[in-house]
Amino acid sequence: MTTTTTAPAAPAARVAAPARRRRHGRPEPIAYLFLVPALLVFTVFVVIPALVGIFYSFTDYVGFGDWSFLGLRNYAALLGDPGIREAYGFTLGFSLVTVVVAQVIALVLAIGLSKRIRFAAGLRAIFVIPMVVSGIVVAYVFNYLFSNTLPAFATAVGFDPLTSSILGNPDLAWLAIVVVSAWQTIPGALLVYTAGLTSIPSDLYEASSLDGAGPWRQFRSITLPLIAGFVLINTILGIKGYLGVYDVIVGLTGGGPGNATSSVAMTIFGGFTGGDYAYQMANATVFFVITVLISVLQLVVSRGRNIRL
Amino acid sequence: MTATATTPLQGSVTAPVDDRRRRPGRARRRSWPLTVALALCSLTVLAPLYVTLTMAFKTSEQSVEGNAFALPAPFNPASFAEAWQLTRFPVSFSISVGVAALTVALTLLLSSLASYAIVRYWSHRFFRWSFVYLLASMFLPFPVIALTEIKLTALTGLDNPLGVAILHAMFQLAFSVLLFSAYLRSIPVELEESARIDGATTWQVFWRIILPLLGPMIATVGIFAFLASWNDFMLPSMIVSDPTLQVLPVVQNIFQSQFGTNYNVAFASYLMAMAPTIVVYLIAQRWVISGITQGAVKS
Repeated sequence: MTTTTTAPAAPAARVAAPARRRRHGRPEPIAYLFLVPALLVFTVFVVIPALVGIFYSFTDYVGFGDWSFLGLRNYAALLGDPGIREAYGFTLGFSLVTVVVAQVIALVLAIGLSKRIRFAAGLRAIFVIPMVVSGIVVAYVFNYLFSNTLPAFATAVGFDPLTSSILGNPDLAWLAIVVVSAWQTIPGALLVYTAGLTSIPSDLYEASSLDGAGPWRQFRSITLPLIAGFVLINTILGIKGYLGVYDVIVGLTGGGPGNATSSVAMTIFGGFTGGDYAYQMANATVFFVITVLISVLQLVVSRGRNIRL
Repeated sequence: MTATATTPLQGSVTAPVDDRRRRPGRARRRSWPLTVALALCSLTVLAPLYVTLTMAFKTSEQSVEGNAFALPAPFNPASFAEAWQLTRFPVSFSISVGVAALTVALTLLLSSLASYAIVRYWSHRFFRWSFVYLLASMFLPFPVIALTEIKLTALTGLDNPLGVAILHAMFQLAFSVLLFSAYLRSIPVELEESARIDGATTWQVFWRIILPLLGPMIATVGIFAFLASWNDFMLPSMIVSDPTLQVLPVVQNIFQSQFGTNYNVAFASYLMAMAPTIVVYLIAQRWVISGITQGAVKS
């Protein structure tokens, strides 16, 4: 139903636009009634809290009582705070590794599923399951596997490095977080890539193989360029999600051992119990700016390379 | 492998998959090696679920042994009764359902109305800028406003499941408006103009013509809103001040401290938390996947 109505409609709507503009020279009052409620609650519950938070980041507010302006002192203190620097280092590094791991696996699986295989629908259904389960619960399950099953298995086969839980190892705990985060986010990326792959006309592959192109060459010269837009969407959304990582860490390591896996989100939340409210608001503001910058950077880089979005 | 039949080259293990493209006559042939490889990959998804299932039916003695893949012996379903009581399952489950349902309802209502107004009056600056205003929040992660949000909800008496539902809906708004407006742009304006000539009001046009046409996108937006709300831990754990009103994912944390070694009870609880969505998903699988795909691609 959708396709039959939308396909011929798109150009028609565009042609009709000027006529419509003339007819409704001024929007009816009810049009505002449709839009304003959404704007209002959105402003109250999202925009104002964000602005208030940014405002307090320039003060010494502790969450209650009096406060006075500090200017940029909170921000200056952030730069010299080793705990904060570690949290940013961990979060950025973790996001980068996870986005690469998840995208590569998702793309490989999507290509595999797009081939002529048995039980394609059933396999796809299984691969998407992680999308519908709660991240914290999954993290608890993996917590058991990493701290009990994996060491027991390593002991049985005599593989020394893994005989104690990797969650207790400051150098390896982040790997567990990468594994569980990727496990959870691969399905979303997989579905986007599946949609991208089906949009590639198959005669492109036929023509190129007549010219003698092998599978790898076809992947590099046809598949990859044509799904570049989908790769971009996936990495932007992926990195944004990974930067805010929280649930998985709570379920696996709680930020430990020590502060080895403490993410930026966790340090911000510490501000509510730790009494350094204004300081953590400055942290949150910096975090927001970094998130936006990374997204914009990705967009600019891709524009420069003529990737269509 | 199919490739070796025509070319005596070695090392063409990956080739057979693509062979169907080369020879349309063989298009019917399905690749077994690739199927097996993908099936093995799917074990990474199935294994944790299998462990959850078997652990839930073990005795507490067997559950501490560490061999998560062993079958339960003896079979012990008593863990469920204990988990049911500890998590106050009926209460936390109902709260989770309520929060998710309210999130979906609020998201659909606010974003469909707003998107319709935005698309139909796109030529007006106010509507165009509202779109940009709402969409800008796509890049705003929740941790950034979490602290002020906690204060705001405490101040307004919304430090409860109702507040969680409102905030969940707010964080779905940008994405939902994006999906709805992309879809609405493809609906021809003539459809509603003929209705207007017959004397329909804007509200009637929206309710009788636009909303039915939005059907598939309503499903997509609804699925995304439901999953985001149902599975969330961060926001309710911050906002809800009364522990007896917590949602299902958050109450699972009791097993991290007090009942440290009763893994069987913990896993029975995890299973009860995971099973509802997995079962619903498996029943409506095709529908859910097409809904999610539509959303993911439109974004």
